[in-house]
Order: sequence, then C-alpha cells, then structure tokens
Amino acid sequence: MALDVDGQATVRVSEAAAERPPVRKALPGGQLWLLLPALAFLAIFFAYPLFDVVLRSFRDGQGGFTVQNYEAFFSRAIYIRVLLLTIEIAFLTTVFSLIVGYPLAYVLANSGPTVRSFMMLCVMLPFMTSILVRTYGWMVILRPNGVINTVFAGLGLGEIQLIYNRSGLMIGMVYTMLPYMVLTLYSVMRGIDGRFVAVAQSLGAGRWSAFWRIYFPLSMPGVAGGSLLVFILAAGFYITPRLMGGDRDQMLASIIAYQVDVLLNFNFASAIAVILLVITLACFGLYARVVGLKQLLSSKV
Amino acid sequence: MGSDVMGSDALLNPGLPVRVFAWIMLAFLMAPVLIIIPVSFSSAQYLSFPPPGFSLQWYERFLGNKDWLAAIWVSIQVATLSAVLTVIIATLAAIPLVRSDFSRKTLIYGLLLAPMIVPVIITAIALYFIFARIGMGGTVIAIAIGHTIVVMPIAVVVLSATLQGVDSRLENAAMSLGASRFQAFRRVTLPLIAPGIISAGLFAFLTSFDELVIPLFLGGPNAQTLAVRIWNSVMLEIEPTIAAVSTFLIALTVLIMVAANLLKKARRWA
Repeated sequence: MALDVDGQATVRVSEAAAERPPVRKALPGGQLWLLLPALAFLAIFFAYPLFDVVLRSFRDGQGGFTVQNYEAFFSRAIYIRVLLLTIEIAFLTTVFSLIVGYPLAYVLANSGPTVRSFMMLCVMLPFMTSILVRTYGWMVILRPNGVINTVFAGLGLGEIQLIYNRSGLMIGMVYTMLPYMVLTLYSVMRGIDGRFVAVAQSLGAGRWSAFWRIYFPLSMPGVAGGSLLVFILAAGFYITPRLMGGDRDQMLASIIAYQVDVLLNFNFASAIAVILLVITLACFGLYARVVGLKQLLSSKV
Repeated sequence: MGSDVMGSDALLNPGLPVRVFAWIMLAFLMAPVLIIIPVSFSSAQYLSFPPPGFSLQWYERFLGNKDWLAAIWVSIQVATLSAVLTVIIATLAAIPLVRSDFSRKTLIYGLLLAPMIVPVIITAIALYFIFARIGMGGTVIAIAIGHTIVVMPIAVVVLSATLQGVDSRLENAAMSLGASRFQAFRRVTLPLIAPGIISAGLFAFLTSFDELVIPLFLGGPNAQTLAVRIWNSVMLEIEPTIAAVSTFLIALTVLIMVAANLLKKARRWA
C-alpha cells in the first residue's frame, strides 16, 4: 500500500484497523497456529536479541553485574551533551516538519483528484527512494562546489557552508521526515468534513477564524500523531546525521555505532542503546495514549 | 469512500499563497532525486552542475566494475530472500488476525508491530551481537533475517487490510459446497488477495534493497550490499559514479511503484 500514488490506501488501512464489520463471522480458534511462524520469528530474532542488549548493558568486562556503563554515560559531559543534542535535533526536526508539512498536507487533502494524484506522486517517489540516494542528491546540491554555491558564485556572492554542519543536518533531517508528517496529516485531513467549516463561515466566522477554531482542532490527531512519529524516528536516526552533519552534530545513534564499530565497547554501546530505547518507548507510550495505535498504522504505510 | 466530495469542497480550497508554498515544498522534496539524473550523464571528469555534456562514462564505471556488480548481486539475494520470508510469515499471520476472534488480539497485533518503533540501529546491533556469537555474522542470510524483522510489521498491516477487503462469506460458500478450509482459502481467497501479496512483496524487496543500517552491521566482506557499498564510497568522496548508481536505484523505485499501481488497478477491475 505504501506504493500507492493517490494515498487512498493510507486511509483505507486506518479504517480497516479501526473497525471490523460484524458480518465477518468469527471462525473457531483453529487458525491461531498460523500466528506461530511470525511470533517465533520475532521471539528469536527480535525479542531475544533486544533482551540480550538489555542484559549486556548491565555487564562489566568480566561478565558480572554492574551499573557502571550507565554511570559512565551520565557522569561524562560529552555523553550528556549528545543526549540533549539528540532530543534538541529531534524536537527541531519535528517543529520544522510540522510547519512545512501542515500547509502541504492541507493543499494535498483539498485539491481536485488530478492535482492530488500528481502531488502525491511528488511525495511518494522521494519517500520510496533510498535515503542514501536522496542524501547524496543533497550533497550534490549543498556541498562547497555544489549547485547552490555555483549559483551564488555566478551572482557574485561568497561561498556558504551548507553541509557538514548544523544547517546541513537540519535540511537533511526535515527533508527525510517531511513525508511521514505529510502522510499522517493527510490521512486525518481527508476525513475532515468541510461542511463544519462551511457552517462556521455561514454563521459569520471569517476564513481564518473558521480555520483556527474548526478545522485546526479537527486536524489535531494528525498533528499529534505526525509530530510524535517524526520525533521517534528522528531521535534514532543514523544515516543523515552521519552524512550531512558535522562532527559536533552527532546524535545517540552515531555514538552507538562508533562504540560497536570502532571501540568494540559492546556493553557500553548496549547501555546507550537502552537509553535511546527508553526515550523512544516513552514517546511511543505518549503517542499511544494521545493518538491511539491505529494512527501509527496508517501513517507508516 | 465518500469523502471525495467533501475533500474537494470549495470552501476548503487553499488560497493562492498556501498553494504556491505547497508546490515549492514539493519541489524541495523532488529536488535531490531529480538533480542526480542529469549529473549521472555528465561528461565532466568531476562533479559539476550543470553538466557540460552528455556521456555514459559513469555508467561504464558502475556497470563495468566487478565490485559494484557483486554488490548488486548480494542485494538481490538479500532482498529476494527477505521479501519471500516476509510475505509468507505476514500472510499466515494476517489470516487469524482478520478472520478469527480471540482474546488478546490487540496484544498480538502490538507484538507483531513492535519492530516498527524500535530504532533500526538498535535492532541492528542487537542482531549483530547474536549472530556474531553463533558465527552467522557477515552472511546474506543474516542480513535477510534483519530486513524481515524491519519490514514484517508493515507487511502485516498491509496484508491484514487486503484480507479485510475480501468477504469471508465467499470462503464460507466454497466450504458449504464441499471445499475444505484449506481448499477454500487456496482457490477463493488466495487469488483475491494475490495482488496485495505481490505488492507487499515488491515493497519488502525495495525496502530491503535500499536499507543500509542492517547490512552495515550484519554484512561483511563476503556480503556487501549495494547500499553499504554506496555508503563506503560516499564517505570517501562524492564522485559521479554514485550518481549513476543512484539513478539505477531511482529507476528501480519507479518500476516497483508502477508495478504496484498496475496491480491495484487490476484488483479494482477484478
């Protein structure tokens, strides 16, 4: 469904997950064994490995129990800085994605079918294209001899550093997360009945007033859902910060990878992974409470 | 769906400034994808834009290089394996999720979707530790298993929705005419959900083909996927060969999107 160009499926999935028509007579539980392959696969290759990471995070070099990995993390300024930076970047990415994504989703949801199909294609094609490819595209555009700086030089302007620093990181993050925000908002906005706004206007509300007091509150599930989804994804993101950020813009995911890849410090890496996981799960708990699970389903596909 | 009329309600028509903003943002979304294609046909010896002339030199460097071809081959193996694994497991799981009633269904659904909310970097290192311990690290199978974990939740959602769209009374009718439950599923339901299964498979294939973090940790010298090779190359220098590789990946994406849309149309006509 994720391949749908017109976005109809996004809506359909959320509806399907939401309500089950009573026509479907329940069959006896004889089919439950069909869940076994999925559950066994997840138990072996997902739950157990994660459990192992949690255990490892409490292990010292000799295999004994310890909390020193966590102590090491929270007692060093550099790691605290990375933790706060991760939260800050994820938060900023969420805010910018929302500011940019809301009008875009609004236009998408309220255009005629032809325009909408084309616009949806412009959202889905980048969304489905490899993140590496898109990031490489940005490197071509933003780097010192890249497209933008060539244009600037042609205009007689000086070179500006747009990549390998905070601005490069933010462009890359917002760019990568924007489709998630837009698709979540879109699935909610498509369900908003325009007649509410029409009624408000016929009762004397101005365009803006009708929007802020009627339409915007109705779109809140999308705003909350999209924001939490983007925050969760951004907080754990690895590729874009590595390729487009500077050395001082590295987030928790980069530190985890560095500890595993370069320092072979598996237990400490596990502790950082658990910290990232706790942040993610806390946000997800909030998400499930505020928006409900079905929104997550509709926005990811 | 009915919301079509309401959705394009004249009263909700966005004003001109909002529409202009939306188109600029769509250009922002498309820009990095579109810029790569002309760059990949550049005749320059280094990366420059606009390209001074047309040439296929970067494609020759890409497709004439044994390492790049080997990486494509690894990616094809990984993506095929994980797509097949994902589709089989997810289709089986979707049947009871949609057709049966049992307590704790929400819990089971939540469990099946859990890999979606765990950052991939954590899933990757967790599997890396496990596979390293049993000596399975650096293999095609390890990467495929990792990708199956990442893609399966979405496949379960998509296939559940597809199965939801098939009236179970058709299956009941077949059974009342003497078919066994398995026969009814295979002869009636399966053909109806086949387009959805193929779509999910194509999507799983594409996701696996493009995903980087899992093979970065679970791959190795003998199992280097295309994504990992691009990554290693981009970390060193931004050379135009990557533009040719990227254009190849964009073409693959477009191809799969078109195929999925044709399948959807076919399902509508059926």
